[in-house]
Amino acid sequence: MNELRDLYQEVIIDHNRKPRNFRKPTGPCQTAHGHNRLCGDKLTIYAELERDAIRELSFQGSGCAISTASASMLTDALRGRSRADVAALFEIFQRMLRGESLSADESTRLGKLASFSGVGEFPARVKCATLAWHTVLAALDNKEDPVSTE
Amino acid sequence: MKPDLATEKVLPAASAATREYDVARVRAEFPVLHQRVHDRPLVYLDSAASSQKPSVVLDAMTALYERDYSNVHRGVHALSERSTTRFEATRERVRAFVNARESREIIFVRGTTEGINLVAASYARPRLERGDEVLVSVLEHHSNIVPWQLACEATGAALRVIPCDERGVLDLDAYAKLVTDRTRIVAISHVSNALGTVNPIGEMIAVAHARGAIVVVDGAQAAPHLPIDVRALDADFYTFSGHKVYGPTGAGVLYGKAGLLEAMPPYQSGGDMIRSVSFDGTLFNDLPWKFEAGTPDIAAVVGLGAALDFVARIGCAAIAAHEHELLLAATRRLAAIPGLRLVGTAPAKAAVVSFVLDDVHPHDIATVLDREGIAIRAGHHCAQPLMERLGVSATARASFACYNTLAEVEALGRAIEKCREVFGL
Repeated sequence: MNELRDLYQEVIIDHNRKPRNFRKPTGPCQTAHGHNRLCGDKLTIYAELERDAIRELSFQGSGCAISTASASMLTDALRGRSRADVAALFEIFQRMLRGESLSADESTRLGKLASFSGVGEFPARVKCATLAWHTVLAALDNKEDPVSTE
Repeated sequence: MKPDLATEKVLPAASAATREYDVARVRAEFPVLHQRVHDRPLVYLDSAASSQKPSVVLDAMTALYERDYSNVHRGVHALSERSTTRFEATRERVRAFVNARESREIIFVRGTTEGINLVAASYARPRLERGDEVLVSVLEHHSNIVPWQLACEATGAALRVIPCDERGVLDLDAYAKLVTDRTRIVAISHVSNALGTVNPIGEMIAVAHARGAIVVVDGAQAAPHLPIDVRALDADFYTFSGHKVYGPTGAGVLYGKAGLLEAMPPYQSGGDMIRSVSFDGTLFNDLPWKFEAGTPDIAAVVGLGAALDFVARIGCAAIAAHEHELLLAATRRLAAIPGLRLVGTAPAKAAVVSFVLDDVHPHDIATVLDREGIAIRAGHHCAQPLMERLGVSATARASFACYNTLAEVEALGRAIEKCREVFGL
């Protein structure tokens, strides 16, 4: 039960039940589609940019609690960041999932996203947590092809 | 002239089902079941994906490798003869299992997927033309859709789809209208992998034959659960995988009517499938070897034979009756869970329970259940068109086999209730 509670932390359950920024923007934006072929999770990320930084992120789609909460939290956490910022943060996030210890500074930078630390204990679910990240990066790169975590 | 062995039909005696079914004794034959997963007793409810193997299967394969192993159909030496004898004895064993007329109608393939691909490549492609139609049902596994899509693309034939209702029951009126003089091939599953629906394939085959179409039956989910009689069904082709019927991976079966198989070109070519080769031309071997190029998975075939012996010993009807009891219990138990919806409620079902839970995605259900030691499948079950038809992106699926117990049904029910707890429902 403890490992399950580590995986499904309150904040994850909350974002899954009430996803933030779950909408399609009306204005111009860059879009990317993410697809977890194994699970069937599908999401679309919409990135509204201002110069090189993210002004607003939003998403739509359907998936498991981990992938939905991950997308929801990212849309909050990545506002104002550049592509390089996002890539650097993703690198820290992935190291956390691999169970590597993070510096205090790195943990601070992850903020709420640290609530995904329990996913590392569930190897089959790592892709659920990273799908939204890959899709955000694809949206920033304006990639047309759907992203997959396979 | 070979003797007609049909009278030896290995189907369960009527009394087998009424005998007391001793599930503890059946379980004792499956070593893998006796373990703990995440510190809970393993509850294996994913047999529709692949079943576990009884010791007799493992022992048969080990014995082959330890005493009798060599290549088949080649050597004059003792080991090759022994291997060949055991390999060909399994062909006869399979013939009896499906009640085919002759053992040369039994082709060993890797599994159902290869069986279907063989028919699509060697029967369908040379015959299909623009204006022809191939019928599949919306219930099909991708492996009984994609080979036909490709065959249609290559030949200009059209693929048509037999619809189903909300319960996952095929619409036979629509089917009767879809079968026309243009229909060349009907490809349907005997039992749906995602929902467990048992299709009335005997009836459907009669409808197809009346219009001159042949029928390919995907029996992957039927072989572990139902007696199969290809002659009573009048199936033209019937294919299944050994690994879902307690056999090893790597060996499956394609049954085809001899007349159809004889008229077909080889599927793959190489050794064993030829009679003589010269650079002026090659004479192909007789059935069934014409379709068995290269060294087959000999041990897997021998293991499959042991698996079918196991099924016959427990009794096909006894297994079916036991599984039906599990299905009824699981249906009743799960339907009582708040927010749970069963997906696939056909009156005729194999022991498969597909379901969704309000506000909990199937993958989250599978993760919570795994931590309770319960193995189920979550996802689209390689049946995306069906998921779309039923308006779900995925389901959780518990599938039962001869070794499952009523206590495991209860464990499943409790674990699903725990999912609701974890998600604060």
